This record gives sequence, structure tokens and C-alpha cells, in this order.
Amino acid sequence: MLLLLEQILNGLQLGVMLFLMAAGLTLVFGIMRLINLAHGSMYMLGAFVAATVTQATGSFVLGLLVALPAAALAGLMVELLVLRRLYARDHLDQVLATFGLILFFNALVQLVWGRQPLFMDVPEALAGTVELIPGVPYPAYRLAIISTGLMVAGALYVLIQRTRLGMQIRASASNREMAEAIGINTPLLYSLVFALGALLAGLAGLMAAPILAVESGMGESILIETFVVIVIGGLGSIRGAFLAALLVGLVDTLGRAFLPTLLRLVLPAAAADGAGASLASMGIYILMAAVLLWRPRGLFPAPT
Amino acid sequence: MQNRMKFIILLAMTFASAVAAAQDVKIGMITTLSTKAGYLGEEIRDGFQLAIDRQGGKLGGVGVELLVEDDGRKPERGKQIAERYIKRENIKIITGIVFSNVAMAVVPKVVRSDVFYVSPNAGPSQLAGKGCHKNYFNVAWQNDNLHEVTGKFVTDQGFGNVYLLAPNYPAGKDSLAGFKRYYKGAIAGEVYTKLGQSDYSAELATLRATKPDAVFFFLPGGMGINFLKQYSQAGLSNQIPVFGPAFSFDDRLLKAVGDAAVGVHNGSQWNHDLENVANREFVSAFQKAYGRTPTLYASQGYDAARLIGSALEAAGGNIADADAFRAALRAARFESVRGAFRFGPNQHPIQDLYVREVVKTADGGYTNRTVKKVFTDHADAYAKDCKM
Repeated sequence: MLLLLEQILNGLQLGVMLFLMAAGLTLVFGIMRLINLAHGSMYMLGAFVAATVTQATGSFVLGLLVALPAAALAGLMVELLVLRRLYARDHLDQVLATFGLILFFNALVQLVWGRQPLFMDVPEALAGTVELIPGVPYPAYRLAIISTGLMVAGALYVLIQRTRLGMQIRASASNREMAEAIGINTPLLYSLVFALGALLAGLAGLMAAPILAVESGMGESILIETFVVIVIGGLGSIRGAFLAALLVGLVDTLGRAFLPTLLRLVLPAAAADGAGASLASMGIYILMAAVLLWRPRGLFPAPT
Repeated sequence: MQNRMKFIILLAMTFASAVAAAQDVKIGMITTLSTKAGYLGEEIRDGFQLAIDRQGGKLGGVGVELLVEDDGRKPERGKQIAERYIKRENIKIITGIVFSNVAMAVVPKVVRSDVFYVSPNAGPSQLAGKGCHKNYFNVAWQNDNLHEVTGKFVTDQGFGNVYLLAPNYPAGKDSLAGFKRYYKGAIAGEVYTKLGQSDYSAELATLRATKPDAVFFFLPGGMGINFLKQYSQAGLSNQIPVFGPAFSFDDRLLKAVGDAAVGVHNGSQWNHDLENVANREFVSAFQKAYGRTPTLYASQGYDAARLIGSALEAAGGNIADADAFRAALRAARFESVRGAFRFGPNQHPIQDLYVREVVKTADGGYTNRTVKKVFTDHADAYAKDCKM
């Protein structure tokens, strides 16, 4: 029972990480109708800048303060220099161009930082474990990730639903021409939204850096799961992305944790281990297929 | 007419110069230099090149020309390069492949075309057993070896309830099979994770709940970094000791793992502190040439070059007589940096295997210290299936 609670925490943590990635991606898609594969590169940049600055200065906070603007700036540059030309093109062109950007950023990172993975430690204050559930020490850093993710989700909700900027974002998402006609500066809005998405990806990257290997290409593995999240949640919907991210995080974690054990009840041990591992890694895709059968446009499709 | 004359003379001159350059024995290296795993190929290439440079462009007194190409970790790319080497460059010695899947695509065809292949890394079981070939030599290890030595060590240390973890792909399953060949205790759990997985929180929680007395893992590259960092963050490293093969503990990876790896025991056929003349020379020359401590991959590249050198010397630089050259390779008359070395019947190493421990250096870096020789003259498990 305690194990189940701990695994649910793990699932939540993976979920909020995915949400930070998915929020930017789904915003960009919802408003600009743009598929951006290079979103994972912003995650990678966030991690690299944070690791470098933290290593040089010894301060996680400084790393955070530099990495977030750096990711936002990189997103802004990408939007201004490349993606702006792609809004009118079809999705295939966008996929090709942004896939090119992935290759570009991976090579860039190798040029600047070399092939060796970077090291980044957990900040001193969060290095220990907390016994949130009695008898189960849980890494404090992972708790910090969960709470940061939930706070960001709350802030995004307020931003989109309760502010003037959010109103403009929603207006452009539902009807671009009409929004322009009533005087919303859409090019500026697009740049802002894109930078915000990149910033969130950078935040996910820098929070992942102490847990993961900071290496070129690290953005791709999370990118695939992120796409699963936004497809399940409904393209363009932040609320959908949030629920889908938690769902995917939980399904993936609980599947990895308990499927082999469950299968052992019906299968011989060796076969159960193999089949459990394979099934667990398919889990989120099966979930996606099931959701799409039930609701072809995702859980909370954005209005078109 | 005159133009044609000129052309023929020019052509003749081109051929003449080509023949002059062909005095050097060409060696073709197919290795992985791009992608995240690119540093592995870099280490092998640098080790190999160092052996050539230390003899002023020669191996075994014979001038050599080393051609290096990047396979990008892709089997089909490796195949194309091999074809080009053999057909266009007329190369008779190929080496360098890092990954077993690339080796499986390239090696069988290469050795059937009467070309020698000397493996400085990949040692898939297929090529050690039924698929062995007279033109295939492995100078590193059979893939299972470093897992076997760890299994033996864990048993010797008295651990009796070990939790096993490897990625869900052929090499992962082979690794746990290799470990279990010499591990005699109970198995607390056997978990196969997704290849390329980055978050191990679910596995770690399950692991803690099963209360094993030790953990063995094989997670090459970034996966191993992720696992070790998260293992230590979960507060497990002071409770349950971790063991693994050397692949997750080379000096370059350790930099990215940091303190989380300190104290971990890992199995290897080589370490920079092994006491023998060849090794001392190699380590100091490598440090001088490249400004870093060599990894086991570099030592394997260096040994591959020196093995080829010893055979070139014995054959007087004449590789046209394939039987004589093969016999010279098989004799392996070179000072390996790992000390005693000879080939078994399947032309894979018979060698000593060690367990090393990750330690912190005086200047705050991380490296390995040899703890103990666990196997003496260890041969692989597949040699008996090899009918040559």
C-alpha cells in the first residue's frame, strides 16, 4: 500500500514534468497551428545552460536565473528567424523544418559543450529525503519538482483565464482574423507565446538536469511522450494537457512498477518479466489509442 | 593524338604514385564518432592512432595508413563503409566497430570476403560461438565477460539476494545471463526497462520494497548516469551496494555522475593502474598526447593496433599471404596493456578479469582503482560452439 502511494508520487512527478513540456507545445499548436518538433531542443538548452552556470558559480539559483531567459530567448530567435515563415505552410513543411532544427541544436550543443554529458547536482537545500509517507524516504528534490509543476499549472490557468493577455491568446486561438481586426497585435502575441512555451520547456529541462544525464539529444525522448500527452489531452488545450500529463505519468509509472508483478500471477516468472517490461513501455501508447477511439479529438479538444 | 599521349602518361603517373603510396598497409576503421555514443569511437580511434604515432607512422616496423569513417551507430552505414573499403580502397584489415548490432551487420560479410576483422570492442555471442570465423579476431572481450566477472565477485563477497536491472533489448538480456552464469545466490528481482529510459523512480521504489542485499545493473551510456544519480538521490546508495560492468564507469562518464558513483564496484579487463610496463607506457603517452586519462575503450584500440603490428612484423608487411598473417595474428605476440593475453580457439581473448572501485581523486575528479583480480585466464562460454 505504501509502495502504491510512493509510485503515485513518482507518477505525479513524471506527469508535471510532461505538463511543463506539453503546455508550451499545445499552446503553440492551438494558437499558431504550428507543429514544433524543436520543442525538445529548448528543454535541452535549459538543462545545458543551467548545468554550465551552476557548475561555474556553484549556485543553483543563478543557474535557474540564467537558464530560463536563455531558453526563452532561444525560443524567440527560433520563432523570429525560422518559424515565422512557416505559419502559412502545411504541417509537413513545419515538421521537416523543425526536425532540421533538432539536428541543428544537437550538433550545436556538441560543438559548444562537447560529447561528454555534463554534471549537475541537486541544490544543497533539496539534497536529502523526506519521509512524507512514514517509512518511505522520498527525494526532496522530486517533491520540489511536483510543487513547482503544480504552481506553474495554477499560474498558467490564471494567465489564460483571468488576464488581458490570456484573453488575447484565447481570442487569437479561436479566430485569428477576427482577433487582428479588433486590434490585437498577433505577430507580437505569437512571439510572446512561443517564448513562453520555450521558457516552460527550459524550466522542465533545468529541473530534469540534476536527475538526468545532461547530453545532446536528451530532448527527443521526452518529446515523444509530450506528443502523446497533447494528443490525449486534445491539441491546443492547456487543461487537457494538464490532465493528460498526469494520466500519462501515472499510467507509465504504475505500469512499469506493477505490470510484471501482476503478470507473474498468470505467467511463469521469466515470461512475465519480459512481457511486463514490453507492455509497460507500450502502456502510454495503448492509452493514447484507447482515448482516440473513445474521443477522436482528445479529452478536451480546443474549439476550432 | 598528342593529347591522348599526354593523357596516358598522366594516367601512368597517377598509378605510379598510387603504387608508391600503397607501400603502406592500409587499415580501415569503421567506428562510431557521432551521436551521444561518439566518445566511444573517439577513444578507440585515439588509442589506435597513439600506437601508430608512437612508432612514427608504423606498426611493427611497417608503414601503415589509417582510414577512419563514422558509422553513426547505424548498421547499414557500417556496411556501406566496409564495402567501400574493400572494393575501392582494396583494404585487407578492418577494425573499429563499437556496437554489436553494427558488428553483426558488417563482420560476417567482411570476413567472408577474405578480409581480416580485428574487433576492438563489440563481442556478440554469435560471433564467438557458431558464427566464429578464421578471419575474425576479438581483442577486447566477449560481451558477457565483464558481467561474468561482476557476478563472480558479488558471489565471492557473500551477497545472496541480488536485484537485477537491464534494458529490454538483446544485449541487456545477454548481460543478465552473463551475470547469472557466475552468480550463485537468489535473485530478488529481474527488471527489464525501456531502452533509453530516463526516469527510474518506479523501478527504484519497487527495488527498495523488495529489500535486496545488492543491485546489479547494466545500463550503458546516459541511462546509467540517470540511474546512478537517481539511486543516490533516493538515499539508496548508503543502504544497498551497487555493482555493474565497467561500461557505466569509464573516466569520461564518471564526470557526469559525480559523487553518486563513488564506491561502486565494477568489472573490467583493464584499468589505468594495472602494473605492467606496456600499460605504464600507454597511460603516460596517452595522457601526454590527449590530455586525459584513457578509458578501457582507448586501451582496446591501442591493443588492437599493437596486435596488428605484431602480425605485420611477423609477416614482414606482406599480408598477401593470408595464412601466414592469420597465424601471426593468432599467436598474439604483443605486450597487451592488460598483462597476460592470448587467443582461445574461437580467437577471442583468454585473459584476467578484475574488479575496480570508483574513487575520488585528490583534485576532486573521479576514477577507478583496481581492487582485485577475480578471474585468471578466463575464457568465454561460447568457445565450445566454435568449429573453425
